[in-house]
Amino acid sequence: MQNAFGMHALSIKDLSKKYKSGVEALKSVSFDVKEGDFFALLGPNGAGKTTAIGIITSLVNKSSGSIEVFGHDLDKELAKAKSCIGVVPQEVNLNLFDYNFNILVNQAGFYGIPRSEGKKRAEQYLKQMQLWEKRKTNARSLSGGMKRRLMVARALVNRPKLLLLDEPTAGVDIETRRMMWDFLRDLNANGTTIILTTHYLEEAEQLCNKVAIIDEGKIIENDSMHNVLKKLKTEVFILNTEKPLDKAPEIDGYTTALKSPQEIEITVSQEQGVNDAFSTLQTSGVKVLSMRNKNSRLEELFLDLTKGQPGEGE
Amino acid sequence: MRIQLIGTIALVRKETGRVLRIWVQTLIPPGITMSLYFIIFGTLIGKRIGEMEGFPYMEYIAPGLVMMSVITNSYGNVVGSFFNAKIQGHIEELLVSPLSEVSIVIGYLAGGIIRGLAVATVVTFIALFFTQINIKHPLMTLFVIIMTAGVFSLAGLINAIFAKKFDDIAVIPSFVLAPLTYLGGVFYTVSLLPEFWQTLSRFNPILYMINSMRYSVIGISDVSIQNALMMIVVFFILLFSSAVILLKKGIGIRQ
Repeated sequence: MQNAFGMHALSIKDLSKKYKSGVEALKSVSFDVKEGDFFALLGPNGAGKTTAIGIITSLVNKSSGSIEVFGHDLDKELAKAKSCIGVVPQEVNLNLFDYNFNILVNQAGFYGIPRSEGKKRAEQYLKQMQLWEKRKTNARSLSGGMKRRLMVARALVNRPKLLLLDEPTAGVDIETRRMMWDFLRDLNANGTTIILTTHYLEEAEQLCNKVAIIDEGKIIENDSMHNVLKKLKTEVFILNTEKPLDKAPEIDGYTTALKSPQEIEITVSQEQGVNDAFSTLQTSGVKVLSMRNKNSRLEELFLDLTKGQPGEGE
Repeated sequence: MRIQLIGTIALVRKETGRVLRIWVQTLIPPGITMSLYFIIFGTLIGKRIGEMEGFPYMEYIAPGLVMMSVITNSYGNVVGSFFNAKIQGHIEELLVSPLSEVSIVIGYLAGGIIRGLAVATVVTFIALFFTQINIKHPLMTLFVIIMTAGVFSLAGLINAIFAKKFDDIAVIPSFVLAPLTYLGGVFYTVSLLPEFWQTLSRFNPILYMINSMRYSVIGISDVSIQNALMMIVVFFILLFSSAVILLKKGIGIRQ
């Protein structure tokens, strides 16, 4: 579907899903993802994120509503819509007994890519995911992080225009996560639209330009990352001091607390800024060595919007 | 159309490759089992039985034993492969791709048929150590093996579609397939049975498959060969359509 602002990679209208158990995972959800976006779909456990991705990839049957992928209606042009999509699921779903190289070549085949071309792509993506040395081993011998990278490589083998990532960095080490972030940024810069669900809100804040927050099956926020973060009324910072303190310094207009003898927690409202606080601290003879956010800004907002509910499982 | 063709070939290649890659599990066990049948029923007991319908007992039971292996192995191949894909989750590789339900069924069907043909070849080769086999109708033999393997591959696929736990894929082979096969005339002609049991036997579809095989190899059958062949074809079409419809509806694979 084309609109004044460009092609929609994904257009979801009034999507609902009620499971046989009676659970309503999605309640008339509507949102659009523009071509080229790096879109974060966030929400607590059980909010309906995985259900939404399941319906988009046709692994879950919807109860009602409509979905278009690059203008292809899932009800009318399912095969064309599927050809545009690559998906990295939350759970490992690899054939653990097949060779890693074969997994990619077969997946390319299922998308109608001839075997010779599939082999070239398998080599390309295994190398990009630093798994080429593991091409002749089977998936069960891979570590958790390697399995995640293999699933990313598998999702890319059809060169999808829309990549769906459901918790792609869950359980991977920091080095792998950073490598994946760089890779995904490049992929997005080269034109692939990406939808990401993640529990690492720092990840979403770092990577995504758009964000939708889903809670109890409903979209409660949907805007650019910039606009969403502007809605954050207060931020909490941790200040590391040079010398240990007995109690938190009192600063007019700010709430402070001593987290440890050399750590002050300070809550700053958006209008205030931090200059006045630093001036007061300097006058009191408290030297601040460094400062950091207690939580990521998106995390603060997320907890505020979802009332800090931990969720009950997807 | 091109996507479906390439995709189907990829799945056929994957499924047949699996049969050949794990040949120790797929081809050796039926060879050993059938060797024991030939030794016990053919050589040891068969000598005392003498002839059956004018043929040495060993020669009489050989086509049925080949068919028994084809039935068991084609069913086991597809039910195992598809159910494992469901349990491990990699069935999603197919479900998220543009591959149609017909292509998915053909892919798994091919794996089952290849296993059936491979096992039939192994068992026939073993049979040659015990008896002579002069195939009367070679093309019909091939047709019957392929179609019977196809029917039971499709039945295995449907079983796997509905199965939720490993027990569900063990029940049908143990409590349905095995009794029907043993009572399907592998070791005897149904004319030996009392009339009531003869009539009851005619409701057993495997009787028609075993007799089709026996007719195509040694030229005799307890049932009309036309009816038997037609029954195999009808079963094939019915099960193929059912498997496609079940996959389209997402029974057992989509929430």
